[in-house]
Amino acid sequence: MASAAAEMDLVDILDASSGPIDIARYVDFVRDPAASAIATFEGTTRDTFEGKLVEELRYEAYVPMAARRLAAICAEARGSWPLLRLAVAHRLGTVGVGEASVFVAASAVHRAEAMEACRYLIDEVKASVPIWKKEVYENGEVWKENKEFLERRAAHHEMDPAHELKETSNGED
Amino acid sequence: MEIAGGLNDGTGEMNESKVEKSAGQDIKIKVLFFARARDLTGVSETSLEMPDGSTAGDCMRNLLVKFPSLQEIYNSMVLAINEEYAAESTLLTSKDELAIIPPISGG
Repeated sequence: MASAAAEMDLVDILDASSGPIDIARYVDFVRDPAASAIATFEGTTRDTFEGKLVEELRYEAYVPMAARRLAAICAEARGSWPLLRLAVAHRLGTVGVGEASVFVAASAVHRAEAMEACRYLIDEVKASVPIWKKEVYENGEVWKENKEFLERRAAHHEMDPAHELKETSNGED
Repeated sequence: MEIAGGLNDGTGEMNESKVEKSAGQDIKIKVLFFARARDLTGVSETSLEMPDGSTAGDCMRNLLVKFPSLQEIYNSMVLAINEEYAAESTLLTSKDELAIIPPISGG
């Protein structure tokens, strides 16, 4: 059952040469005659951070682990909500201002679940998928740190210093 | 919940290291550095030879000696073994891949 559901999940980690995310591909993937709703999220590069002008973002990933985590996150979402199809795409390399770095799409019979799952997927990307971005300014660059990751790390270390970062899964075997 | 090193790759390696435990053979670990960790160490990967029965934490202590600048991220980083997050107490087996994961920033 888990593997059948996995066929309805599309996870793409797009290498630096792929160009802009093909949004339509992911929306079309989740489109389903049984669905009343497709919920989507697009993460875009913004032009300023703390008053500094951002020139571009540069993304890298621990690709095999990121792919694993994304597949697991989709399975977790399925364990929490009745969903039809899911798609997550993350771009690597340089992403310019206004461009999409990540795209999430979810379809479901009812819109509430599609929207909840969409939110869950992006929140989990932020908290647990090994992808990093460097923010490049005119006169400097810095590796960003997602507060979602830091908060989860702190919570796990508080509970039990030996505790894993990975959330207890709902739907995986 | 902890993950044992070596996972289910089905090789004879795991059995071998259990049998040889009393002999204390060294295990060879591949270590990957990403993002800020790579900037701090200057390399994207290295390898470690560790005593059999070593944990991820033992490896980390070893790496901190080899690359003292890693101390800068020690309190904000996490570890992964064979592409799964792992606690410092996780035991390693030969040919495991340890990844040093500084604070992530996907999305």
